[in-house]
Amino acid sequence: MTKHREPLGSKELAKKFGLSQEEWESVLKRLGRNPTLTELGLFSALWSEHCSYKSSKVHLKKFPTKGQRVLQGPGENAGAIDLGGGLAAVFKIESHNHPSYIEPVQGAATGVGGILRDIFTMGARPVALMNSLRFGRPEHPKTPHLLRGVVKGIGSYGNAVGIPTIAGEVYFDPSYDGNILVNAFALGVCKPGEVVRAVAKGAGNLIVYLGATTGRDGIHGATMASASFGEDIEEKRPTVQVGDPFKEKLLLEACMEMFAEGCLVGIQDMGAAGLSSSSSEMAARGGVGLEIDTQKVPARETGMTPYEFMLSESQERMLICCRPDQLAAIERIAYKWDVDCAVIGKVTDTQRLVVKHGDALAADVPVKELTDNAPLYERPHIAPPSPAKLDLANVADLSDVQGSLLRLLGSPNLCSRRWVYRQYDQDVGTLTIRRPDAADAGVIMLGPMFPGRKDALAMTVDCNARYVKADPLEGSKAVALECYRNLAATGALGLAITDCLNFGSPEDPIVMGELALACDGLAAAARALDTPVISGNVSLYNQTGDDGIDPTPTVGMVGQIADATKTGRLAPRAADLDVWLFGTGTPSLAQSEWLFVSRGEKKGRLPPVDIAAQKAACDAVRVLWEQDTLDAAHDVAEGGLLVALAEMVLAAPVGIRIDQPLASIAKGLRRDEALFGEHGCRFVLVAPKDQRAALEKLSGALRVGTTTTARRLEWTDVCAIGQEAMAAVFDTAMERIAEGTPAKR
Amino acid sequence: MKVTVITFPGSNCDRDVQRAFLGLGASLIIGWHEDTKLEATDAVILPGGFSYGDYLRTGAMAARAHIMPEVKAFADRGGAVLGICNGFQILCEAGMLEGALLRNDSLSFICEDVKIDVEQADTKWTRGLAGKTLRLPIAHGDGNFYADEATLDRLEAEKRVVFRYEARNPNGSKRRIAGICNANRNVVGLMPHPERASDVLLGSTDGLQILGAILEGGAR
Repeated sequence: MTKHREPLGSKELAKKFGLSQEEWESVLKRLGRNPTLTELGLFSALWSEHCSYKSSKVHLKKFPTKGQRVLQGPGENAGAIDLGGGLAAVFKIESHNHPSYIEPVQGAATGVGGILRDIFTMGARPVALMNSLRFGRPEHPKTPHLLRGVVKGIGSYGNAVGIPTIAGEVYFDPSYDGNILVNAFALGVCKPGEVVRAVAKGAGNLIVYLGATTGRDGIHGATMASASFGEDIEEKRPTVQVGDPFKEKLLLEACMEMFAEGCLVGIQDMGAAGLSSSSSEMAARGGVGLEIDTQKVPARETGMTPYEFMLSESQERMLICCRPDQLAAIERIAYKWDVDCAVIGKVTDTQRLVVKHGDALAADVPVKELTDNAPLYERPHIAPPSPAKLDLANVADLSDVQGSLLRLLGSPNLCSRRWVYRQYDQDVGTLTIRRPDAADAGVIMLGPMFPGRKDALAMTVDCNARYVKADPLEGSKAVALECYRNLAATGALGLAITDCLNFGSPEDPIVMGELALACDGLAAAARALDTPVISGNVSLYNQTGDDGIDPTPTVGMVGQIADATKTGRLAPRAADLDVWLFGTGTPSLAQSEWLFVSRGEKKGRLPPVDIAAQKAACDAVRVLWEQDTLDAAHDVAEGGLLVALAEMVLAAPVGIRIDQPLASIAKGLRRDEALFGEHGCRFVLVAPKDQRAALEKLSGALRVGTTTTARRLEWTDVCAIGQEAMAAVFDTAMERIAEGTPAKR
Repeated sequence: MKVTVITFPGSNCDRDVQRAFLGLGASLIIGWHEDTKLEATDAVILPGGFSYGDYLRTGAMAARAHIMPEVKAFADRGGAVLGICNGFQILCEAGMLEGALLRNDSLSFICEDVKIDVEQADTKWTRGLAGKTLRLPIAHGDGNFYADEATLDRLEAEKRVVFRYEARNPNGSKRRIAGICNANRNVVGLMPHPERASDVLLGSTDGLQILGAILEGGAR
């Protein structure tokens, strides 16, 4: 074997790797010499937006991250909350936007793989997945291919590893034509004392590589994910990693067995920037140095250089720090699960990351310069202009309510998501008690896994980016409240948030303005709702050329239901039950789905979000579930009241009849506002007749109708439409988009 | 009553089945694909999942695992064997059941509830279920049961089609076949997941009727 000769880095290479001129100069200054190629690779990966959060960090500091329930806030692989009774929930959401646009199946699959590793590297067994997806217009030539690929990728990975996908959202909007969003959420559970940290410590301890072999795939993936798309997009396909869910499953089981035996000091997933980020971040957390020999890394290709080993983003790999006496147990378990395992280095007290290839030195840099001291930018930001107040003077009110309803039910953002979630295993683990169509949030029970526990966990991901675009501050509050409302509709109390901030280029002051305001809004809502932000991810440069996406701060919220038998549902189960309206806020068509579907317009100023009033309404609904008062509950979201009622009928074995004339329910509103208006915090509740006293106590609750044996949606002066007629458009629209033959709008 | 649940690398319903049997009062033996000996047991379960990543063909590699000759010998002695989903695929690949499971006709993975009719109540796993219709979840990409016409005719004539999808065929299976048994009626394979219908909160307890059939006096 010829001895490795480490080449030097250069200004030109630095630029190619995504470093700015100033950053290149900063590297020279910090090292006091020209970096080697491997060193330049380390700096460019660790200083990338994806790894360093250099543009967003100053704004992320606004989030409340502490609370009685918080066991682990941001900074580790995932956050953790205390569920009481000796159990913790570990969760996080992460983006895989850029790879999924370039290669949808593998991009989405490895997104799921990455978020699962973030959870089980914390010592928690993953028990649920969700995802939040954004595609361009259904008519865009790439949309069907991307939709089919992403859904297939998510399913193929989660299904095979055996983690159920229990909730999610899918939106279509022209702003995502050139940049789709794929955000994956995972949640795991463990005992609070079992949370494992991603730390290396103890000079002389070993650094152990565990998992799949390393190849040349995904080199510089983190850099790719930190840039806008140009015309070279096809060239970037090799930066997308290829996933192997079978390897992930073996790795998961091996890790769980190692945690149970307590045979390691710390562990981190090799995610973005692979060995570079995992080694330097583990060293930084422990305040130690590491010495790694890349020649000892199990490789799937020959002739790989230290630069390639350090930058590869091959999937299904972990980095472990262990004491020498723990190694035998690690090797035994790895052998049992047929997972590669090798000692590749050791912990030192130098606080430097030293990379060797056999005898040859490839890199020797202070850990802090890669991590804690990475550049931080307070980029210029200006508040985007606020849209004008909605003027309906030139908009004709509804003439054909029924036709309008069908149009909405068959529209891309409101039609049934069944075609999507049917491809996901929603049940594996036998904990799922609310699947994606059964309630406003997904719910798993904990009792079967932890005998004696009565509780359940509800979870939801939401983001109406159109609202956020119109008003980043109020829109982001509305996003958090939508989560809280969805949880309340299942009877759950929201406990904590994980967020995925998807934005355009941070070098655009307006985009930065949106980001800054969105963080303000989320922070205000999280504080008022007592739902701290415990983990998250920022994805910038979701931009092709000059066209950025609508700002999309996706929020994942997790809540708890004390008694799983009192979990809420969306669909009423019987006839002759009362139908109630309850909540706060006035419906408005500003930025509504109806304006978009009927007129192609995104117009109007968002009404301010009254967080306190909305929280009170949500808490009241949760208490109704806790007191066994309700049979069904559904929040009024996009599409407004009539769509919410239709969705309940579509999911139920019964129908709904509203007896009150529209004018008496929605005083002073136009028909389109009353029926399709959004905003505020409103619920449709269904309760047995003998619960009237409990509901009448709620201020503003209005009894408006009843459930019927006929599977119809009837409203005296509004509509009378059968469940089948609605289903005909509702159930088929998504498949038509996937097939490239979307319904005409 | 002792029940052995075999775990292959890539099995992911093994714990679910174990829990369901524990709930029924059975005692559990955890089997491992590399074992070369089966402990004394009353029944063997091949659980669902993606054994060996479903690489090559679903069930093909698991059918050749170290433990499988033991499972075959156990079945030859009349022992009760149940293959669920991937377990059904393994039984077919091992030659313990006839036919094969092809890609779903939609070419997509499908997860949803189905209704199946129990057509034969004299197998080890359907005792007392004559004429019943059960509601169970399916979750598979390769559940499309296939055999040539002669084999299908023989399976029907020998009354070995144990479960049939009630009305709607979710995956293109020949003659809506959801599960079959061997000639001795002690080995049964089916695509739906009985362990996923084992708790009121899951929406159905119908699956317990299959899993419990093996227990003393059956379980209702």
